[in-house]
Amino acid sequence: MYDVIIIGAGVSGCAVARELSRYEMDVAVLERASDVCEGTSKANSGIVHAGYDAEPGTRKAFLNIRGSKKMEELSRELDFPYKRNGSLVLCFSESDRGKLLELLEKGRKNGVENLRILERDELAELEPNISEQAVAALYAPTGGIVCPFGITIALAENACVNGVEFRLNTEVRKVEKTEGGYRLETSQGVFESRAVVNAAGVYADVFHNMVSGRKISITPRKGEYCLLDKTVGDYVNSTVFQLPTEYGKGVLVTPTVHGNLLLGPTAEDITDKEGVNTTGKGIGDLLERAGLSVKKVPAGKVITSFAGLRAHEAGDDFVIGEAEDAEGFFDVAGIESPGLTCAPAVGEYVAEMVRKRIPAPEKKDFAAKREGIPSVALADRKERQALVEKNPAYANVICRCELVTEGEILDAIHRPLGATTLDGIKRRTRAGMGRCQSGFCAPKTVEILARELGRDMGEICKAGGESRFLTGYSKEG
Amino acid sequence: MKKVKILVVGGGPAGLAAAAAARDAGVKSEEILIVERDGELGGILNQCIHNGFGLHTFKEELTGPEYAERYVEKVRAAEIPYLLQTIVVDICAGGESGDGRVKYVTVMNKSEGLFTVAAEAVILAMGCRERSRGALNIPGYRPAGIYSAGTAQRYVNIEGRMPGKEVVILGSGDIGLIMARRMTLEGARVKLVAELMPYSGGLKRNIVQCLDDFGIPLKLSHTVVDIDGKERVKGVTVAQVDENRRPVPGTEEYISCDTLLLSCGLIPENELSTGLGVELNPVTSGPVVNESLETNVEGVFACGNVLHVHDLVDYVSEEAESAGRNAAEYVLRKGAGKDGGREQAIVIKASGGVRYTVPSVLRPEHMQEEQVVRFRVGDVYKDAVLAVYFDGTPVMRVNKRVMAPGEMEQVKWKKKKLEEYPDLKEICITVEDK
Repeated sequence: MYDVIIIGAGVSGCAVARELSRYEMDVAVLERASDVCEGTSKANSGIVHAGYDAEPGTRKAFLNIRGSKKMEELSRELDFPYKRNGSLVLCFSESDRGKLLELLEKGRKNGVENLRILERDELAELEPNISEQAVAALYAPTGGIVCPFGITIALAENACVNGVEFRLNTEVRKVEKTEGGYRLETSQGVFESRAVVNAAGVYADVFHNMVSGRKISITPRKGEYCLLDKTVGDYVNSTVFQLPTEYGKGVLVTPTVHGNLLLGPTAEDITDKEGVNTTGKGIGDLLERAGLSVKKVPAGKVITSFAGLRAHEAGDDFVIGEAEDAEGFFDVAGIESPGLTCAPAVGEYVAEMVRKRIPAPEKKDFAAKREGIPSVALADRKERQALVEKNPAYANVICRCELVTEGEILDAIHRPLGATTLDGIKRRTRAGMGRCQSGFCAPKTVEILARELGRDMGEICKAGGESRFLTGYSKEG
Repeated sequence: MKKVKILVVGGGPAGLAAAAAARDAGVKSEEILIVERDGELGGILNQCIHNGFGLHTFKEELTGPEYAERYVEKVRAAEIPYLLQTIVVDICAGGESGDGRVKYVTVMNKSEGLFTVAAEAVILAMGCRERSRGALNIPGYRPAGIYSAGTAQRYVNIEGRMPGKEVVILGSGDIGLIMARRMTLEGARVKLVAELMPYSGGLKRNIVQCLDDFGIPLKLSHTVVDIDGKERVKGVTVAQVDENRRPVPGTEEYISCDTLLLSCGLIPENELSTGLGVELNPVTSGPVVNESLETNVEGVFACGNVLHVHDLVDYVSEEAESAGRNAAEYVLRKGAGKDGGREQAIVIKASGGVRYTVPSVLRPEHMQEEQVVRFRVGDVYKDAVLAVYFDGTPVMRVNKRVMAPGEMEQVKWKKKKLEEYPDLKEICITVEDK
């Protein structure tokens, strides 16, 4: 019997896990994928929203501002990439200026600091590649960018180090209320716990509706993205939004925290909760709409495209809290934008609620700090030399595009909650994230994974399940 | 700090031939250094185990590793030093010394860590990479089972592993064609090769020997418009494209397969070059070079697929030897006369169907006895003429039965010819009707 079982190892689930790991509780995270950060958390804009969108006074506004403010400190504590690059909301016609001012007003009410309107001249000075059509913009210097894998993996690792049990490849099939809590049937047997945190992303409605009569409904809202080469990573400096439409914040153009340029997302409601395919139409629309924000979209520099699903709840709000008719069942559902920003705050908020139900003292030996994988690419000459002296594997470059070494890959495999798949290596080290998209490094990484995990190369997967790279031997192999 | 006269970045066919030629031209072996990122010399040839290499150079048919071995032997016999499993992290010209003629090459490997080598000349020979699925913007899911043809070639020929059983290949570049045959021989079923363009991107002989001989269909003007399969590829949707290369609605066909191989073009890997300030030609994505295959950065030369993508390795070797000789000449006479009194260079212009030329600038005083200019055409031309104009005056017409984008073309002229035009400013190479 666990005290708390968290369903889903996305950023919200991991944030809650990490906060709960401060207390003397038995906590487990059940994740159906082979790694953490395999759902919505891996395919989003990677934005830390300043907080001018949410309706003043709402919980979403509170969590957004709190999350945004906590992000920098958390990024230092858990060693994940975060940068405050500022954000802009572009206004394309004088008749829309009213909407821009409304946003400004909302932002001020929400407590967003240093918000101001930039006129055309100032805007062009700040962002030379901004479209001529932009007449003015709302500027939020506190807006930021974060590595969505970085934060999720960091939260998970830190929770793990502090005693949270992560059960990967464990798909929850049924949740039932029992006398003293909940019984969860999974692909890996039955688990029981006093409380459940439902952070199952686009599937959160399924689990909620198993225990609650007050049904919720989550629609996967697909967002397609294009990621561009680092050579155009400074095409814009700030995160450039367009004035919101009824389908969300519109297409953004932003540098990523790793120095690529990102365009996206589209917004399309679909029925398939696994429908993460990109479409010709989606990518076409996206490039066209991004062209509204910047002068000439460097479309020839696209290195990959991907799609993610936002968990859109019918009530158009986060569903966070204990289900009214299911004591000890805590939802963290409908977490669409600005969910990533809110995660640090959601973690605290939900952990606090859970603790009220399951009181537990603080751990004396809680380790708040986590050290990430050193990056040879980002290290200066001295740091590189130090790394190489420590372990020569840091001089053996595996991924040439992103300059990722064997040392980093070994670290990714052998640290707590280490990588077991190629995607796991990619999200932890960036090997394969570059312009050749793993053409050169995949065979080497597969070999290292097999060697280190004591498996045959044929068993190594891209991302678990049946995603094997190799199907057999060549005739004389 | 270690010092050399010539540092060669890359130990593939280009780097090996360049190093050997520099030594033959008088640079001492120990003053040359080859830096290779892989575990052995030979580059991508090591995984090209099919034959057909060396017909021009050695008048015999060699496999890739055999061809490479001939140059590896030359380098070994001459005792030219080389570093394996060593990556060049950064090259800068001048640096703190302020002497732009010295290039500081920072490298890294497991045995010696991170260190810098000072070189008087650098020969760029890093080769190229394959265009990825992402760069092609192919919609669909992102399962396992999508490989560039070269990656698949490595799995099959180096690792002895099969990346798939039922294969569709997009793109008819040479590696794709070779892999169609290779996968078939190893027991896979290659269902189709789809090519976006109305013509193949590969050599004619590969179409015949790798597809026709095995009954593998080639569909021109077709592309992949969707990839199915959430974990491993389950199938792809192929559609015909119109003259603007846009899919024609209603022509979609679903083909079940577990593997999609991509052979849709090669891109010279010039990240190191641009870091050094080397100017690139947007058509080739390779450096802009003069007759000596020298880039805009003095003493930095380029050859092989990092300069422009070749069809035959024989031409890579030939070009690399030229780069090696020129680099040798540069370091032996300390570049004297090069910076001083630079006379008006002649521009070589690609026009009317000729996409680019290598070199694109010619300084007559540095020209060798014979100048070779290599290029590719942008379309298929039958019974056409390659015409060369010196400042508008026709000086050469070569009849060509067929020219295609998949094959490299060349024209050459003697130094004597140029001497007849002392005030020459522009040489134009173009495709014309017969």
